[in-house]
Amino acid sequence: MTAALEALDLTRRYQLDGVAVEALRGVSLRIGRGEFVAIIGPSGSGKSTLMHLLGCLDRPTSGRLRVNGVEMSQLSDTELAELRNKTIGFVFQSFHLLARTTALENVALPLVYRGLGKAERRSRARAALESVGLGHRMEHRPSQMSGGEQQRVAIARALVGEPKVLLADEPTGNLDTRNGAEVMAILDRLNSDSGVAVVLVTHEPEVAEHARRQIHVRDGLIELDTADRNPE
Amino acid sequence: MALEALRVNRLRSVLTMLGVIIGVLAVVILVAVGTGAKDAVEKEISGLGTNIILVVPGRLSVGAAPTQSKLNLADVAYVRRVVGDPAKVTVSLQSGETVRVGGTEAFVTIVGTDQNLTNIFERPLDKGRHLSETDVDTRRRIAVLGSEVADKLFGDLDPIGRQLTISGARFRVVGVYAKIGQTFGVSRDQEVHIPVTTAQRLLGIARVNGIAVGASGPDEIEPLQERVVAALTDRYPGEKFSAVTQTQLLGTIGSVLGMLTGVLAAIAGISLLVGGVGVSNIMLVSVRERTREIGLRKALGARQRDVLAQFLIEAVLLTTIGGVIGILLGVGGALTIQALTPVPASVTWWSVALAFGVSAAVGVFFGVAPARRAGRLDPVIALRAE
Repeated sequence: MTAALEALDLTRRYQLDGVAVEALRGVSLRIGRGEFVAIIGPSGSGKSTLMHLLGCLDRPTSGRLRVNGVEMSQLSDTELAELRNKTIGFVFQSFHLLARTTALENVALPLVYRGLGKAERRSRARAALESVGLGHRMEHRPSQMSGGEQQRVAIARALVGEPKVLLADEPTGNLDTRNGAEVMAILDRLNSDSGVAVVLVTHEPEVAEHARRQIHVRDGLIELDTADRNPE
Repeated sequence: MALEALRVNRLRSVLTMLGVIIGVLAVVILVAVGTGAKDAVEKEISGLGTNIILVVPGRLSVGAAPTQSKLNLADVAYVRRVVGDPAKVTVSLQSGETVRVGGTEAFVTIVGTDQNLTNIFERPLDKGRHLSETDVDTRRRIAVLGSEVADKLFGDLDPIGRQLTISGARFRVVGVYAKIGQTFGVSRDQEVHIPVTTAQRLLGIARVNGIAVGASGPDEIEPLQERVVAALTDRYPGEKFSAVTQTQLLGTIGSVLGMLTGVLAAIAGISLLVGGVGVSNIMLVSVRERTREIGLRKALGARQRDVLAQFLIEAVLLTTIGGVIGILLGVGGALTIQALTPVPASVTWWSVALAFGVSAAVGVFFGVAPARRAGRLDPVIALRAE
């Protein structure tokens, strides 16, 4: 069975004011379908860079990355956009909802780029919002909702396209404990119910506890992968 | 979606559109005024009559001083033979003179002419009669008045049969022309027509200013024109004669006014261009403000062309909405000018279509750079933007 994500010796170098910064120095990992993985590391460890690469928002300086069995280095920018649209769902720390747009329209947004008709988009978005318990908030705008609710809208948006991988970058970073716990519970449930692989990026060990596998990143390298200790 | 984005920044959108609105408004109004002026002049020229050829001595060119005339009544008779139809040839001898009735004076244009005038020119009568052949042959001292002259000298009285004095000689009024207005800014209602023979004696000269020939149809104009000029040149070797037709006059004046309209439209077009620069500017600001949104859209699967299209549509929408408002205001403005001032204004469909097309094109042209910038944003950097 093909892995959801398969990285081989990924490196990523940036030029910052003429100085080369090596954010990733050779990362290899394999994340299977339906896995729940946390990538943990202090800030500056390279975990965000890794997430951007895994989400095909960025291209590695060297190394190979297969997403759902597709070698991403061979794809054009347009094909990469399609890959993101169909295979990957993003959840961000700061939600990134369109402010003047209703929850329903926010959730339906990825389907616009898939070329689906309006009725189809709306019915799928409605179902996704109901699955995160926001059936009663369809026509609310982000400013009319709590942080926890906004993040759940963002999760619904990530899921509406039925991706293989959900990448969550500090999804609880802007939430209080109660809302954070609620969001984590939803991710947990989605992972076990729908079988979408969840990759959680965080610097908080308590959040990472939710994942069944933890990958510790430090200085651009994988320091520890719990999968190596107790192989499935 | 694009409309929504414009609505969010309503004031900014309106101010940006204002540049386009003013540009389009200027194009529509200035072209309307230019076209209106052209139409008015063309109407004046065609109002003279149909298929007219004017024969004058010398070379006729714009700005040249009139040549001293050598033509006399014998030449008129000669031209009549050349043309073949004597009724289709008339003559004109003009002079500015003072006319007097009792204590009232008026400075008028005395036109010495003959009974054929009305066969060639449109000159309807209000009352009385036209000049007759007998009037010309017997040098009668009778006059047909332009409507303004009649009003000024006689007021509410019926001028027919009354006396007036032209340069000391007494004349009897036999007719009054209907009001016909101006030709080239000269009021033709201030003319007094008398028999050409009488005029020659009154002014003490034997020549005439010009000869007018009426062609029997549009196709006849050019051959007839050539024939008359050739015949006159034959008669006076070494002299130049010019014959100008209505069509030539229309063509010359039309092209001058058309050029004027073009210049006006070009000046207005510059302001439209400036409006386009404003659109470009605001779209750049908008792209910067919405960098995170662009990053998000890209993360969700928007391709470069999707983002480009989004911003391009916004820019085009800005300019076309501005264009439509500008057209409405421009048409309204032209109609107002038409109604409230003597300036003629005629809105042409092509200026409206052009203004709309140009404003849409301005949107594409000035929207492309900001939209490309948006489309090319790196999603990672865009998502991190503040």
